[in-house]
Amino acid sequence: MTAISDREQLSYIAAQAADARVNVEIETEGMTLNIGPQHPATHGTLRIVAKLDGEQVIAADPIMGYMHRGYEKLAEVRTYPQVTTLINRIDWVGSFANEVPFILAAEKLMDVEAPPRAAWIRTILFEMSRIANISLFLGDMGLQVGAVTPAFFAFRDREHVLNQIEAATGGRFHPNFDRIGGIKDDLPAGWIAETKRAMKKIRSFCDEIEGLLQGNEIFEARCRGIGVIPADVGLSYGLSGANIRASGVDWDTRRDNPCGLVHNELDWKVWTHPDGDSFARFWVRLQEVRESTKMVDQLCDGLPSGPVMAKVPRIIKVPAGEAYVETENPLGVMGYYVVSKGDLTPYRVKIRSASFNNISITPWLLKGVYVPDIVTILGSLYFILGDIDR
Amino acid sequence: MTDVAILGELAYWQQTGIRVGAGLAAVLLVAGTLVYLHLFKLVSFMQSRLGPMEAGPFGSLQLLAEVGKFLQKEDIFPRKADRFVFAAAPFVVLMSTFLLVVVVPGGPDAWFINSELGIYLAMAVSSVSVIGILMAGWGSASKYSLLGGLRATGQLIAYELPLILAVMGVVIQAETMNMQGIVQAQADGEIFGWGGIGNPYILTQFVAFVIFMIAMQAELTQTPFDMPIAESELVTGYMTEYSGMRFLLFFIGEFATAGVFSAIASVLFLGGWWAPIPGLGFDDNVWNLLGPLVLVTKVVVLTFIIFWARFSLPRFREDQLQQLAWKVLIPLALANIVVTALLKIVF
Repeated sequence: MTAISDREQLSYIAAQAADARVNVEIETEGMTLNIGPQHPATHGTLRIVAKLDGEQVIAADPIMGYMHRGYEKLAEVRTYPQVTTLINRIDWVGSFANEVPFILAAEKLMDVEAPPRAAWIRTILFEMSRIANISLFLGDMGLQVGAVTPAFFAFRDREHVLNQIEAATGGRFHPNFDRIGGIKDDLPAGWIAETKRAMKKIRSFCDEIEGLLQGNEIFEARCRGIGVIPADVGLSYGLSGANIRASGVDWDTRRDNPCGLVHNELDWKVWTHPDGDSFARFWVRLQEVRESTKMVDQLCDGLPSGPVMAKVPRIIKVPAGEAYVETENPLGVMGYYVVSKGDLTPYRVKIRSASFNNISITPWLLKGVYVPDIVTILGSLYFILGDIDR
Repeated sequence: MTDVAILGELAYWQQTGIRVGAGLAAVLLVAGTLVYLHLFKLVSFMQSRLGPMEAGPFGSLQLLAEVGKFLQKEDIFPRKADRFVFAAAPFVVLMSTFLLVVVVPGGPDAWFINSELGIYLAMAVSSVSVIGILMAGWGSASKYSLLGGLRATGQLIAYELPLILAVMGVVIQAETMNMQGIVQAQADGEIFGWGGIGNPYILTQFVAFVIFMIAMQAELTQTPFDMPIAESELVTGYMTEYSGMRFLLFFIGEFATAGVFSAIASVLFLGGWWAPIPGLGFDDNVWNLLGPLVLVTKVVVLTFIIFWARFSLPRFREDQLQQLAWKVLIPLALANIVVTALLKIVF
């Protein structure tokens, strides 16, 4: 008589053999599913060519470039202040954050430092664009797994932040507010109190999303264990931002490599999650929004007085040299490598945008998942098309 | 029945005409009401917006405007579509709704057919829509449609079972498959000797009611069971290639089926057209007028639950969906049948 474990082993082998036989007898043909460039899940023009066996993905290949606008080249024929208009449109839901690293790189080349008040206001707007960006994600993630209502709540409460950005800068989507040596204007009267009210509303929005999605069994069933990125794989693909922090890597440029912004003068926490799955990415982003609202509150309380613009020449000529500055943008680490030959225009601008690297893991990540999980994973990786294609 | 006294004097074609007219009204008016009340207004209020406000008072004529818009649109056929199958699919889906409504009684004499196997017939014809959906998925010559159609088929077949098993409990308790008989059994029932409100089976068959509602949600392919449509991954599943009038038929079919299924649920569990109004017996002629209104009220309440769930929950993945059907609902429904049968014998 065979032992139980042996019998289990034998029945397993028998089942495998039967499966193999069936697979030979019924030869199934794969199907190539072309997701995108126009598809509701890709919120933009990302195209994913997936080879399917039934509903299982055998191989997936992201094809990008449908929205390439050539900003790196265009920046070469624009003066430094003009470049911000372009790069606003890279990550279009958190626009102000795109301007900051470029301006910081230019300031580094010119050896100019923004006065403290300007740096603080910069940080406020930087964090507010993070809130505007990620609160959209929180609703969108619900939409991707099938819950329609959170998306409407996200758009409703995101409005509070956009209103404040508009009040300060004049632009809801594309502020174009950052200048070399400071910022364009001081804050309007009453803005601080109004912003604090908006932050309160965002915090209650976070609680609402927590109740609607995070505590929902179906949401957990759809997200837990789906699209697990181990920390080493994530690092090797160059993931950054909440995507890598959700894999347990405690790395945040705001804390580890602060340049120009004043995050290290604030009391805040970098959130990480050990799981690395879609749920962890959602959870980390939710905590980040909360953390950002607290940061904005602290920044509003401690705002120093003084000028918002350093002394810079009217016609800006950047001395020859090279500089690379990266900041922790809403989507991940964003960096600008600026090469100057001492002209009015940069000689070369290389943009390292977060989504381009974040999306590069998809062929590895989508292998073997089911079609509905494609959407969950793409949603939780959270990319903005402009940030991929530039 | 007095039905013979009223309708019996008319010729067969006249009777049939009246029944067809009433059936159309029962399906389309209820569907329109549900679209306005739930899709346009309830959901808008849930999502902190107003919904349609311009067409008619509080946007109540919006649906007519939408229908007008859809009718004007071009009837597009995909180039590689199986034209006949593609064209016929929406009608097959809508047909299953019309076949369903014939068994629902609206009053002591207000019925379309009064079959001894009423609920059996309903469960049988409710599966016809699967064929229509599969036809749409296949005929569209689109991969999204095909995936959606196959998902729908797997899902509808899996959830047919808990649906039927949930009905079994009611049938055992009422001792009849006649819809009219089930209404009467609830009207005549007593709760521990007190017959004030009859005995709506939602009280004694609560498990069956919950299973029926969940299975119904899946049969209607509403969120959280809307894998076949899944607008964020399959665009709109089997409806992807449809436009204009044929899309409208699918759209109306969705809401009409929701209405008709809720009507069946309210017959089975909420006492159908009967309501505990003092001074009115079961066979009073007043019910022929009042009954349909009572039924529609119950339908609105039940569909409210459907759409409430639809717009607040995320959707299952299809394997999770099948697990729920086979591992939870079917064993639970079987247990419910056993318990019901035992109690029936004991009492």
